[in-house]
Amino acid sequence: MMRVDRTEAWLLGAGLALALGALVLPSWLTFLLTIAFAKGLVVQGVVIQMRAGLVSFGQGLYYCIGGYTVGVGGQMVGVHDAFALLLLSMAAAAAVAMVLGLLLTRYREIFFAMLTLAFSMILYGILSKSQSLGSTDGFNVRAVTALGWAPGAGGKMFVYVLTCGCAAVAAVLLHRLSKSSVGHVCEAIRENEVRVEYLGVSPRWMLYATYVLAAATSALGGGLIGMATGHVDPEMAYWTTSGEFIFIALLGGISHVAAPFLAATLFSTVRTYAIQFVPHSWQMILGFVLLGIIIFLPKGLWSLFRRTKAEARA
Amino acid sequence: MNRLKSLFVPRRPVVAALALMAVALAAGSAQAAENGKFRVGIVTFLSGAAAGPFGVPSAHAAETVIDALNKGLLPAPYNTKGINGLEIEAVIIDENGGATKQVEEFRNLVERQKVDAVIGYISSGDCLAVSPVAEELKIPTVFYDCGTSRLFEENKAPKYSFRTGLDAVVDNVGAVRYLADTRPKMASIAGIQQNYAWGQDSWTDFVETTKKLRPEVKVVGEQFPKIFQGQYGAEISALSVAKPDVIHSSFWGGDMEALVLQGNARGLFDGRTLLLTCGESAMEHYKDQAPNGMVIGGRGPFGAFAPKNALSEWLRAAYSAKWNEQPVYPSFKIVQAILGLKAAVEKAAAAPGKQPDADKITAAFTSLTFESPSGTVKMARSTGHQAMQGIAYGEYYFEGGKATLKNVRSYKDTCVTPPEGVNGQDWIKSGMPGAKCD
Repeated sequence: MMRVDRTEAWLLGAGLALALGALVLPSWLTFLLTIAFAKGLVVQGVVIQMRAGLVSFGQGLYYCIGGYTVGVGGQMVGVHDAFALLLLSMAAAAAVAMVLGLLLTRYREIFFAMLTLAFSMILYGILSKSQSLGSTDGFNVRAVTALGWAPGAGGKMFVYVLTCGCAAVAAVLLHRLSKSSVGHVCEAIRENEVRVEYLGVSPRWMLYATYVLAAATSALGGGLIGMATGHVDPEMAYWTTSGEFIFIALLGGISHVAAPFLAATLFSTVRTYAIQFVPHSWQMILGFVLLGIIIFLPKGLWSLFRRTKAEARA
Repeated sequence: MNRLKSLFVPRRPVVAALALMAVALAAGSAQAAENGKFRVGIVTFLSGAAAGPFGVPSAHAAETVIDALNKGLLPAPYNTKGINGLEIEAVIIDENGGATKQVEEFRNLVERQKVDAVIGYISSGDCLAVSPVAEELKIPTVFYDCGTSRLFEENKAPKYSFRTGLDAVVDNVGAVRYLADTRPKMASIAGIQQNYAWGQDSWTDFVETTKKLRPEVKVVGEQFPKIFQGQYGAEISALSVAKPDVIHSSFWGGDMEALVLQGNARGLFDGRTLLLTCGESAMEHYKDQAPNGMVIGGRGPFGAFAPKNALSEWLRAAYSAKWNEQPVYPSFKIVQAILGLKAAVEKAAAAPGKQPDADKITAAFTSLTFESPSGTVKMARSTGHQAMQGIAYGEYYFEGGKATLKNVRSYKDTCVTPPEGVNGQDWIKSGMPGAKCD
């Protein structure tokens, strides 16, 4: 019997509570949360790599692959089942990551960052030149079904519940991973790769596995965003999109698996209200909030929870 | 028991504060609904590269015309106050940030800000993404500028989506007709386009139309620099070597002004014609830096190409009094969308001061004919959801310190618009059957 620890119970409980929230929350808020949690999944991909000491500036690559797989699957291949589409997205991203990972895991630090950025910009370039895929305008994603059931008018609600479910399950699995020996080895690689090698573990293959896992997680988020917004375009692979993911990752911090979701929600909320109240300079508000968080909470939003926990113990 | 308590009681002050904040935000936003005003969401670029040339002139024009409508200052037939007697309240939103964000903000406009209609969108990608959401949320949405032919192909049975701007096919069919009429000796063409959907589609439309109308003309060069490149040294050299009679460009904004400036300095346009499909948007900026005789368009009968009528004269006077410059084509286009909406709502309304529901507004908007500063607009394509108007091109001259247009030629709507139900690109390729130009 699997033992569910306290954090996992929290994560599953929160996922369930939020999914049930669909019944009471206004639909703009559920949509905001759908996007935030799906983005949170993409950010998980960034965070997994950060824990192992790698900063990906090109996570948009897998976000975009996830979105386009859902789009192409529905529009051109004729797959409409949400679960099949998400699995396809993850498989497509993992397949690409398995190839690119062979090259990328040979590099570290800024070289790794720049190469990941380069690959995502290559995809951006290819998609921008594909007129059959709508070039830079992108194309619309068909409504999805679930195991033969068509949600129809409740489609967005279904995607919200699906996103909550995916996010909760992914969070539990990633939490387990971070507490497992593999997770600890990744942290050790970040601290001192040479020493890990002396201990008889191959950091390169560890990083390779991490890279592929991160790709699949990000593609899951991309697929969900494609379903939620009903549109995909090459902007998803553009470097500013990847930059946003790093931003959210730093905002949340890498110490807890729930941090990216919380950070993505805060990011979306601040942004939408900034756009509403200061339409001409919303970027400045967003910038100040993020600057404030970086100055006062250098370890990310999650350090708020850490500190109070430590106080409670004392 | 203790365990349960620890799960459900937020002991941590931070968690409690965050939860409280979320509740406050959710509650605070619900109060805006039904305040007896007609709320319109206006979405246009307020930041980014498209803000300067398009977004800001649009936002300025929207502000000017909404203020004036609320005071009842417009000439007939729009001399009644607000929209059907209800004060117009504009909620302005920045279009910058990509289609995913626009879909999210569109939903927020409708569901959180409770707008009664939305007017906006310059980027074709945003129009494509927003249109299905407009249908889902059943909110009248007027696209005022984006030009993609795919808008009403992806959304085949539009009910709530309208476009008062023209399909981009019109720009290039009009451009070729103008060249055919004014440059009978044209033997070769070349193009320089930004490498994204707009540039690619514009060039395809232009070349295909040229092949049909002037089959003897050769295409001697095409350049696709990336968008916002700003420096065109290599491209200008390549175009100079190709020696085309006419250089076509769908550039806009800073890129367009840079191309004109750099090409002119290097003599690229000596003895050649430069044609800019969006050229009118920078008419006030070129001064003497642009070659005289440069052919410019305004994506329809807008801006400097607008006919003289009471509405266009009012708009020019009111806009220049407030913003100290002449309104350009995006300004005219957004005013057209606002007036179209007003006309539709007032047609749908049972009595003054009453607000008709969304279905009544869309029914009245479909196939509507209304007056605008650009003349009479007929919503005559895509089952009554797409405006149909002619287009004009003219030559830019800078004389006596003033920018003027000469040799303006207008082409009527039936001359440049594909028939109902026919895709623009297919229409061009089949030789534009059914075009009536007289």
